[in-house]
Amino acid sequence: MSKVERKVRLIQGNEAIAAGAVYAGAGFYAGYPITPSSEIMNDAARLMPRVGGIFVQMEDEIGSIAAVVGASLGGAKAFTATSGPGFSLMQENLGVAVMGEVPCVLINVQRSGPSTGLATKPGQADIMQVRWGRHGDQTIIALCPGSVPECFLLTVKAFNLSEKFRVPVVLVTDEVIAHARQNFAIPEPGEIPLVERKSPAGPPEKYRPFDAEEDGVAPLAAYGGEYVFHISSSMHGPDGYSNNNPDNAIWRIKQLHEKIEMHRDEIVMTNTYDTDDMDVLLVACGATTGASRAAALEARRNGIRAGVLHLVTIWPFPDREVKELAGRVKKVVVPEMNYAGQVAGEVQKVIGPDTELTRVNKYNGQIITPRDILEVL
Amino acid sequence: MLQKTGEKYLKEGVLPHMWCSGCGIGVMLGALLRSFEELGYAKNEVVVVTGIGCTGKADDYLVTNALHTTHGRALAFATGIKAVRPELKIVALMGDGDSVTIGGNHFIHAARRNIDVTAIVNNNFNYGMTGGQASGTTPGGKLSSTTLYGNPEDDFDISALACTAGANYVARTTIAHGWEMQQLIKEALTKKGFSLVEVLSPCPTNYGKRNKMGEPLDMLRWLRKNCVPSDAYAKLGEAEKEGSFIIGKLCERDKPDFNTRYAEIQEKAMSV
Amino acid sequence: MRDKKETKNGITEVVLAGSGGQGLISSGIMLGEAAILEDKNVMQSASYGIAQRGGLSIAEVIISDSEILFQHVESPDIVLTLTEESVKLYEPLAEKGVPVFYDTMLAEKRTGDNFYGYPFTEMAGVLGHSGMANVIALGAMAVRSGMIKAESLEEVLRERFAGETLEMNIKALYKGVGLVSG
Repeated sequence: MSKVERKVRLIQGNEAIAAGAVYAGAGFYAGYPITPSSEIMNDAARLMPRVGGIFVQMEDEIGSIAAVVGASLGGAKAFTATSGPGFSLMQENLGVAVMGEVPCVLINVQRSGPSTGLATKPGQADIMQVRWGRHGDQTIIALCPGSVPECFLLTVKAFNLSEKFRVPVVLVTDEVIAHARQNFAIPEPGEIPLVERKSPAGPPEKYRPFDAEEDGVAPLAAYGGEYVFHISSSMHGPDGYSNNNPDNAIWRIKQLHEKIEMHRDEIVMTNTYDTDDMDVLLVACGATTGASRAAALEARRNGIRAGVLHLVTIWPFPDREVKELAGRVKKVVVPEMNYAGQVAGEVQKVIGPDTELTRVNKYNGQIITPRDILEVL
Repeated sequence: MLQKTGEKYLKEGVLPHMWCSGCGIGVMLGALLRSFEELGYAKNEVVVVTGIGCTGKADDYLVTNALHTTHGRALAFATGIKAVRPELKIVALMGDGDSVTIGGNHFIHAARRNIDVTAIVNNNFNYGMTGGQASGTTPGGKLSSTTLYGNPEDDFDISALACTAGANYVARTTIAHGWEMQQLIKEALTKKGFSLVEVLSPCPTNYGKRNKMGEPLDMLRWLRKNCVPSDAYAKLGEAEKEGSFIIGKLCERDKPDFNTRYAEIQEKAMSV
Repeated sequence: MRDKKETKNGITEVVLAGSGGQGLISSGIMLGEAAILEDKNVMQSASYGIAQRGGLSIAEVIISDSEILFQHVESPDIVLTLTEESVKLYEPLAEKGVPVFYDTMLAEKRTGDNFYGYPFTEMAGVLGHSGMANVIALGAMAVRSGMIKAESLEEVLRERFAGETLEMNIKALYKGVGLVSG
């Protein structure tokens, strides 16, 4: 394969996300400004009209995700970006995207909380909110970039997964990665394959928007075409109309979960570094990935064989990957920028309560450094 | 000429509908569907967006495109659809709780943004579905299940709100004025930009019962008596004006709608 | 973490510190862009308060031949300080051999090895605009540390500016270069 000459640029994490969305074919952005995600919005405002897309600055985050869902049903690839407080406000209508199986991408640039917290400082305390923030029985796909280039690549991936499986996808990043700038060459069009949602092909009068095909995913029409359809936040049958039948509810809830479970191996992505001969495993995501890798290298210089598992996908949780690697080492370490150990809790669940887990938690609004991690190795 | 019934937009086998006897929502929905038919709208060029509440159940009766959403947010969802599908007719059907109480922020901003969506608000002065609680349009002093001793707050004038916020078209009517209601809905549907038809409507089960209008006809009579066109309203004395509603077209402008203005933005951005 | 005497495997860690509004982040970006022109890996990050102007502002740039893992500077190799507050913060590094550049008009005079005090802001004013103080400083720092060629910084300036502004900035850059090599 011949290497395409690409212009290397110094690009910010947030800019890389906006560029990734444009690359993925996004045609609609609705949002509300919030630090530390605002550069994504500013770039969307600049770029959307240039590619024939639409940018709407909404009155709040509730309206932003609502407009995104509406635009997606109109046939556009749609996205929004926010941070903790705004993400909290988006939860209810993110649930509509789950229930209505509406593809869209939501970026949450995590900052330090709770509440308004340290508005300009990083945190990683939304991991559980991403998974469980909405009411009701449901699942979600969430990806977590560990570098600026990954901000771009995983944004494209988020759109692709969202279109393929007809689900909202959350890109969970943090202030460190979002505001860092790194050298990166944006791929040429066509270098990364793009996925478009499945459209219905049968006779319009037979179309039912929730009739899943063998792959667990139902084709989705766009409003205004020949297919007329209903999408509902209420419990509904395959035709999208309200349905209060208990058996229907079972079918519906199972369908929402099973289509993710069916494709688990395609969705769950991880990176490993120096794990072949390791005695100590570091499990990291987002900004702590770089610190963990730097710490592991330094540890090896001091005779400690450390390896790193980077959770690229955080939901569904890479349980098998964690279990397999953790089973080979004497010590598992989970560094994360929160008090409670939200990732550590999941890791513990996987490795069992009797296996010792070393937690490195920092929640003062400052990034976890390689030194912080080395102290426990 | 055959009378237009709007039946072609109605899902087969759904009648009788779920709303209480004497409720105005069915009447309002009938006027909307007849308007669709008179204007010759195809089922696939209409999207009806609903929120939550008694009015929010309307989509289940329709065979047009529909999006049933969350409480108060119908207009925000509608904004997204309209932004990417300017050729479609987008109607947001809401109650008073949906539109101007929980959803007040989206309501004023949809009007300010002048998004080409027609909002039809069934204002029955209270939350019917959850048991007759006060809403943002329950008049001061009136009784509801959460204002047992009288409402200590005053009500919003929905139409004035939309007009002030920048809507291109605002009209108020009642379900006791069937023909006028339909004409106003048709005007609103064909008006480019944000349009609102506020439909005053009885809720005998909850609001009526608690305010000495418990029989279905009582609230109809009350609407008939207290709703007057603007010229007649001007002749009323101050005491009579209190508690009366002006009906008819209340405000009309021809500002370019969001999509028209955004098309200019796209042109500018692409030429940079 | 690392002893200063130990080799850093082609990694240079730069800190630009001062107050918000002094153009430190832009300078960090220019430095990073210049390093990219020399096929280096770059990580640039910033620390700032909620205020868009004023308050301690720090821009960090890491320039490396190999992949940069951690986002922040851990042991600076060269520092620019443009306020008294920021000189105070970084002056202990001078004793450890780290060159600390500072603006003599904006901070108290420092004596001792490894302090490089120049009236950057005043010099920039004479050249036409006090906002070019950073460019003079970058020129001086580039030569002192050998982290980047002045020509690469010039190319970045040529991409960013045009006309008279460009000419002024190039003059400022080489004024800075002259301070140290002269």
